[in-house]
Parts: sequence; C-alpha cells; structure tokens
Amino acid sequence: SSPGTDNRWRHVRRLLERAGPLGGPEFEPDPELFSAIRSDLVQILVVGAGGLGCEMLKDLALSGFVNLHLIDMDTIDLSNLNRQFLFRPKDIGRPKAVVAAEFVERRVSGCRVTPHFGKLEDKPLEFYKQFMCIVCGLDSVQASVIPLIDGGTQGFQGHCRVVRAHATPCLECTADLYSSTQQGFPLCTLAHTPRLPEHCIEFARIMQWPQEWPFGEEVPVDGDDPHHVDWIRTEACKRARQFGIREPDFRLTQGVVKHIIPAVASTNAVISAQCVTEVFKAITGCYPLLNNFANFSDIEGVAVNVVPLERNPQCDVCGQPPPKPLTFNSRDSLQTVINQLKSEHGMTRPSLTACVEGRDVTLYMDLSFLRDQLADNLDKSLAELGLLSNTVLNVTDSAQSGMKPVTFVLNLEDGMET
Amino acid sequence: MLNLHKKSQENKNSNKSTSKSSPAYLRVQKDLSDIDTKNHCTRLTYPNPNDLMNFKLAIAPDEGFYKGGLFIFNFHVTDQYPHEAPKVKCETKVYHPNIDLEGNVCLNVLREDWKPVLSINSVIYGLQLLFQEPNPDDPLNREAAEVLKSNRRLFEQNVLRSMRGGYVGEEYFEKCLLK
Repeated sequence: SSPGTDNRWRHVRRLLERAGPLGGPEFEPDPELFSAIRSDLVQILVVGAGGLGCEMLKDLALSGFVNLHLIDMDTIDLSNLNRQFLFRPKDIGRPKAVVAAEFVERRVSGCRVTPHFGKLEDKPLEFYKQFMCIVCGLDSVQASVIPLIDGGTQGFQGHCRVVRAHATPCLECTADLYSSTQQGFPLCTLAHTPRLPEHCIEFARIMQWPQEWPFGEEVPVDGDDPHHVDWIRTEACKRARQFGIREPDFRLTQGVVKHIIPAVASTNAVISAQCVTEVFKAITGCYPLLNNFANFSDIEGVAVNVVPLERNPQCDVCGQPPPKPLTFNSRDSLQTVINQLKSEHGMTRPSLTACVEGRDVTLYMDLSFLRDQLADNLDKSLAELGLLSNTVLNVTDSAQSGMKPVTFVLNLEDGMET
Repeated sequence: MLNLHKKSQENKNSNKSTSKSSPAYLRVQKDLSDIDTKNHCTRLTYPNPNDLMNFKLAIAPDEGFYKGGLFIFNFHVTDQYPHEAPKVKCETKVYHPNIDLEGNVCLNVLREDWKPVLSINSVIYGLQLLFQEPNPDDPLNREAAEVLKSNRRLFEQNVLRSMRGGYVGEEYFEKCLLK
C-alpha cells in the first residue's frame, strides 16, 4: 500500500503492532496482522442499516475492514434523515442497504460493501456462516460459533453485548431482560378508567377500529398512513374530552400506534463505537472482549455498567444437547419410529413434530385432542410424510409432564437429503 | 500470526444446516403435553393439526352462574411466545363483567401480568376462573358489572336468560347451552 494509506491507518496499526499490559492473553504484536484484517478473508456482516447500522458500517470501514456485508429490509424514509447520515433526500424510497453501501464505498477507498435488501429470515443458514463476525443493530440470530456483537439503542439508553456460543448467554437466554413490545395497558383501564392520552389512543386503535373498520372491512391499522393515524387521533380526542384528559396531537398518536421511541443520534454513536471495538478485538485478539453485557445511559450524567451475564442451562435455543440420530428406511412407517422411541428411548406416549423445508409439520400427538385427527399418519411411510434425511424431529412424551422437546435427526438409509 | 484462516474454516465446517422449528413452536409443543386432560370442563380443538399455534378452547363451567353454558375461545400463539402472551378472544357472545360484546377478554395474565414462565395451561385456568368468579371490579362490560355488584339475583337471571337465548336490556344473546 502507498505511504499515504499507511499514515491513514496509523491508529489501527498501533493497536496491532504494540504489546501492552492490557493485551489479550495470546496476543502477539505483528505487522502482518494489519494486512490480514485488510484482506477479503475477514468478512463481517452488519445487520440493520438504520441509526445504529449506519454508525456501525462507518466505524467498521474506518477501522480498516474491507469486506463488509449489510442486510436490511427497509427503504429510506424522510424521518430517517436526521441521524442515518449515509442517506440524503434524493435517496428517499431506495433500499437502505444499497444506498449505505454506495456511500461508504465512495467515501472509504478500498472498502467493499455488499448490500442485501431483504429479511434476515429469508437468507439460509449458509449465508450467515461465511462471516467471521456478525454485528447487529437488531434482534435475534440463532447461536453459532461465530461471535455475535449485538447493540441496541432506545432514546438515551443503549446496550452492547458479546455473544459466543457455549461461553456466553445467547439472545434467547436473556430475552426476558428486554421489555415486551406490547404496550400492555389493561383492557379494563382502556375501556372504563382512562387517565392518559395514550389510553385514549390505544382504545381507539384496539377497540374502536375493529368495530367500525373506518377504511374497509378487515383493513388493519397502518401506522404509516396519515389518514389512519388521523382517524385514531380524532376518536382519541373525543374520548379525551369526555374524560377530561389532555388531547393527543398527531405526533403522539403516531408514536403510540407505531410504538415509536424517539431516537437520539448520540446514543447510536456511542453504542456503535463500543460494538465495533468489540468486533475489532474479536477478529484480531488484540485485547480481551467485553465480558459480556454493557448498559449505557446518559439520561442524567453518563453511566456505563458492565455485567457478566450467565447462560441459562434450560435455554430453548442454546441449552439443548445436539440431536441424537435415528436410523430408518424411508419406507418405514411412522408407527415404527414411535415404537423405537418407546422401546429404546424410554418414552411412553411420544408426540412428534418436525420442520420440513421451513414448514412445521405435526406428525403425531398422543393427546386426547389431537390423537384422532392424526391417527392416519401412523401407517404412512416416512417418505409419504415428506420426511428426508437430516430432518429434525421434536419429540415430547405426553406421559412426562413438563418435558421439553428432545430433538432427533433422521438418518434415512435410502432416502434423499434435505 | 493470527489464526484468521482457522476461524474462517471453523465457521464453514460447523453443524450441517437443517431447518429447525422456532423456539415458540417448541415451547407450544411442550405446553400441550402439560394440558390437564382430566379437566372435563375444558376441551381443545385444532382446526388444522399441522398448525399448533392456532386452536380453539371450549369451556363448559360445571358450577357458578355459568353452569350449563358452553363458551368457545380462539387462541393465537405468536412467534414471540413465550415472551408474549397468546392472543385470546371469546367467540361466544356472553353476558359477563370481564368479557365485552366484541369478545375481548380482560384477564391479567393475558396482558400486564403475563410472564414467560406461564403457559397455555395457566391461561386456561385463568379463563375458567373468570366463569367461576366473575370480577365486577375490573369491568369490560360495565352494565353487567354494576348488576353483579348491586343485585346478584338479577345478575343470575340475566346470565341464565342470555345462555338460553334472549335479550338482556337491548342486547340479544344467542343460545349457548351445553347440549
């Protein structure tokens, strides 16, 4: 690289070419490290191209990484422009991932950003496995060996956490830490004893709308449609006047309908900086990673609190042992499988479901309210039921109360693979 | 030299991918095994046995004001379960202080008191309790609540009339007795 470029990256090189008392346990300074992180081999995925995502993409590009991918399913809206600084008014309506990628590539020479316009769930697991690290400005991705750095912001508060399979809790382990998306006002409060403008808004949205269907039968509330929001606001104001409550304006109404929490650009900047620092450490090993959850708040003063969260041994996502193999022939009947579960796996009344090519299928449930409907499946062959090798079966035993599903993976000696 | 190469290979070689059921779906499967089938007052039915997330619950109270009636509820379990409560609506029009005429149910565990440690069974118990002990202090149907508080005998008569099919005030209720 040219002398000009070297100077640009001198801060990054300093971290990688000098030892220090706080360095990682196995870290050895090496000038080669810098070329390594500048190579295509280091592929990083940024999830989300919103307030936090824009910051993260910028920080990663300016930290020297050259092979970045970005996934986001949204298009650019006017309200984004006060903080999602990779976008301009002319970009309104275009996909965020595409515009963000263009901006960063133009601005940071040598950095390649590959945009993906779509939903997380639409990508296969293989897509996620190609990355050395994944950094999120959103929620859950299932646990894997790939280090996942997760950041979140809400007003003046935010968090940054490091997730490593088997070492730290996965996102599901600690899902209870995050407040539910439901507003959760009791229905009776909304109906009879409202005290806040929000109660009036929610009453109009939840109770009045499905009674009056103001925009057509079964047409649901669309928080982005100003006519919908206006209708809700009008009804909410009538109700507010009735109960002597302050009448809500359009902004509050839309905020409640869309569950909007106002975004603060500085929080995004802080959390992104923390997250990308963790990415840098995870990739280079130059310093120990955050252990493992940092809370940030600048509502009053500035507070950062780090806690080492523990894994939940009962976690539905990461606390499960790997699936045990079950070997059959594709012509064997479901009853054969059930018999083996009884004789060799200690089950009394097995109930089985499976996920076949993304669809959930109920094979057989030994429960009074489903037994009869599924009885026909018992004599069908595994092939007839659409089961292939590597299909995961989830088995519970109706005779054992409180038992979590045990997973088995089907190994068909003659069958096709998923 | 850094083992970036090794890390990259590790990622690619880990567990061959298979599609997996969502945590919500697995949790529902677990909850279903716990459902108290000895409870003769409640019964589940599945319009589509492949879709464990959507089902109906029939409650036939055997004591209290609603004895002899049959009430159908619709359950919709979302992808956020168990972090979000199941969505429950009453499909039978009923004269009840905690259930409005549109079928919305005011039950604490369905909204503000929901916790992930609760289950479908907990909701079923909660709904049964509503029929055993209607609560006039948390009303969705204000008129019914007022009558229950001021005149229990009249409330009892109103409930009976509504279950047999008839008018209470200006509202007509379809017959919903257990055959």
